Amino acid sequence: MMKTAYSKGNLVAKTGNEVMAEALRQIEPDVVAAYPITPATEIVQIFSQFVADGTVKSEYVAVESEHSAISATIAASAAGARAMTSTSSQGLCLMWEMLYIASGLRLPIIMAEVNRAISAPININADHSDTMGARDTGWIQIYSENSQEAYDNIIQATRIAEKAKLPALVAMDGFITSHCMEVVETYPDADVKAFVGEYKPERYLLDVKRPYTLGSIDLQDYYFEHRYQLAQAVIDARDIILDVAEEFKRTFGREYSFYEKYMLDDAEVAIVIIGSAAGNVKAVVKELREKGIKAGVLKIRVYRPFPAKQIVKDLAHVKVIAVMDRSDSCSGAFPPVYSDVTASLYSARVLGPKVLSYIYGIGGREFCDEQVVKVYETLGEVAAGLEKYSREVEYINVRIK
Amino acid sequence: MANLKELSRNQVRITSGHRLCAGCGAGIVARQTLIAIGSTPVVIINATGCLEVSTTVFPYSAWRSPYFHSAFENAAATCSGVEAAYKSLKAKGKVKEDIKFITFGGDGGTYDIGLQSLSGAMERGHRMLYVCYNNEAYMNTGIQRSGATPKGAHTTTAPSGKKYQGKSQDKKDLTQVMIAHNIPYVAQSYVGNWNDFMTKVQKALAIEGPSFINILTPCRLGWGYKPEDTMEIARLAVETCMWPSYEVENGVYKINVEPKVKKPVTEFLKLQVRFKHLFKPDNAHILEEIQRNVDKKWIFLQRRAKSTYEA
Repeated sequence: MMKTAYSKGNLVAKTGNEVMAEALRQIEPDVVAAYPITPATEIVQIFSQFVADGTVKSEYVAVESEHSAISATIAASAAGARAMTSTSSQGLCLMWEMLYIASGLRLPIIMAEVNRAISAPININADHSDTMGARDTGWIQIYSENSQEAYDNIIQATRIAEKAKLPALVAMDGFITSHCMEVVETYPDADVKAFVGEYKPERYLLDVKRPYTLGSIDLQDYYFEHRYQLAQAVIDARDIILDVAEEFKRTFGREYSFYEKYMLDDAEVAIVIIGSAAGNVKAVVKELREKGIKAGVLKIRVYRPFPAKQIVKDLAHVKVIAVMDRSDSCSGAFPPVYSDVTASLYSARVLGPKVLSYIYGIGGREFCDEQVVKVYETLGEVAAGLEKYSREVEYINVRIK
Repeated sequence: MANLKELSRNQVRITSGHRLCAGCGAGIVARQTLIAIGSTPVVIINATGCLEVSTTVFPYSAWRSPYFHSAFENAAATCSGVEAAYKSLKAKGKVKEDIKFITFGGDGGTYDIGLQSLSGAMERGHRMLYVCYNNEAYMNTGIQRSGATPKGAHTTTAPSGKKYQGKSQDKKDLTQVMIAHNIPYVAQSYVGNWNDFMTKVQKALAIEGPSFINILTPCRLGWGYKPEDTMEIARLAVETCMWPSYEVENGVYKINVEPKVKKPVTEFLKLQVRFKHLFKPDNAHILEEIQRNVDKKWIFLQRRAKSTYEA
């Protein structure tokens, strides 16, 4: 039986989408502009009902495309509003151009993102290809393992984005999390509102007494500095993320950081993973530990900014690591999480751990405990001195001719 | 009817020193729009284009009112977001002023890449005036054809050559598309008649809801004429009925400028380099076709003006 972490917390049964909509209701942004897309549709559907019932004072703009959804959200934010949107997959792809503009203009908009595969072929199930495609857009990216994390993350993201002056997206896995009913602890409206606080922008368009021009043409004499400042802001967001997590823990009792370490400190073999599959991996690790195998997990929560220095410290002692990507970069090299982990280790001259690359769960392909066990077996063999192991990307549970 | 004496006292909210070409119609459109609204607070939204790049070269700005640009195809959606923020913050007492919203887009950003965004915003009924400064091609990127480019015009992506004589297709009638959205106010106007345009701006902004003005805005570079002829050329477009000045207010058509004598289209075409090739003897049939199309549309418009009346 789950217990509340917060004295005034309330245990409810909700799907990921429902609890995300619940968080949006509690945060009550000034403007929400969105376009429906499976599997994220429910979030804005439920929120629209809050608007229709007068439960929230937010303005809801039911736009005609995701491009307009993000454009209107950006504009509302520039105008001085706390603005949010929600999307998935193709919707995020259609927003692509505007993602850069949101961060380039330093607008703290919030997106509830439900991870889904991208076309072609069209597929509505979970993988991380959509948000991984947006990994270098200057957005903060926070991933959720389950509905509780999705709820907690969106509340924290609101604070983080506004302090960092950067847009932030909170992702959860399509269907696996978005449509799965779980017991979630929600907090009272007033406490959530108090935590996120009131949004007070420094400059905004509706401040007509202090007119300003936003979205100028910015050429070779200034552009580079502005882009440099953006990159620095993403780096600086790390401290903000930790500060907000600290305050969140003090307030609501749940602990968050850049990533979760599960039996990692003395691990000899470990898996680095993002999202819902971390749940399976942790369950397997628990069993392996009972058999005396020193297995561990590092579940990434904050992927952007990538916690390069911290991750190196926590992985340096591990003999063999498997980085599990739920997206394929189709680059001829390695998928995104693997590339970031190995680049972080190499640049810090931490060359001890052997790091293997795996791709799993593309387009919602089943990822079961037996497959996790098999990965740990391979890691164990390599740790024991097996020299003949794959230096290429290994695909799990895919039919290869 | 706009009053010149009153207008002359209004603040000019776009300064000189911007980098638009000499003789550019877009600057005139922006200036007259902002003078027409008097002291009403406005937020200006601009699609990517000549007007935007020429007035906002960082760290300078020609705009004395809040101004926002984010991309090319999304000006109307952008204005939707600003207006939604306004409604929300106004209701919460965080914004006190009564603010109007004006969007400027060129024909590329309006007829073509921004049409979906525009249609969506008009259908949703946001309170905004959308001004399309229509210079009939993508001028900012170097005179490429757009949906607004008229038949026969030479552009860099529909050039006149041995096989083709400029653009083969006629222009899209976007004003009619906007009328079909059943919004409260739609008008066509033209640079060179301040009273016609500024009266329309005032009418449009007096309305609660969306309004759209399509203003023919000559581009001296793209059309190929002397900078001092901007006004004259736009007037000829109206006098030849190539670009009638009319408005549709709550479904009622009104032709605002009836030419005393309807001049042949060649009077308009012959002054511009973009139509020069049409005057070769082999192309006489294209000129005839342009004339026929203009006549047909003019009759259609006159019939509409007669058949629609206030209920």
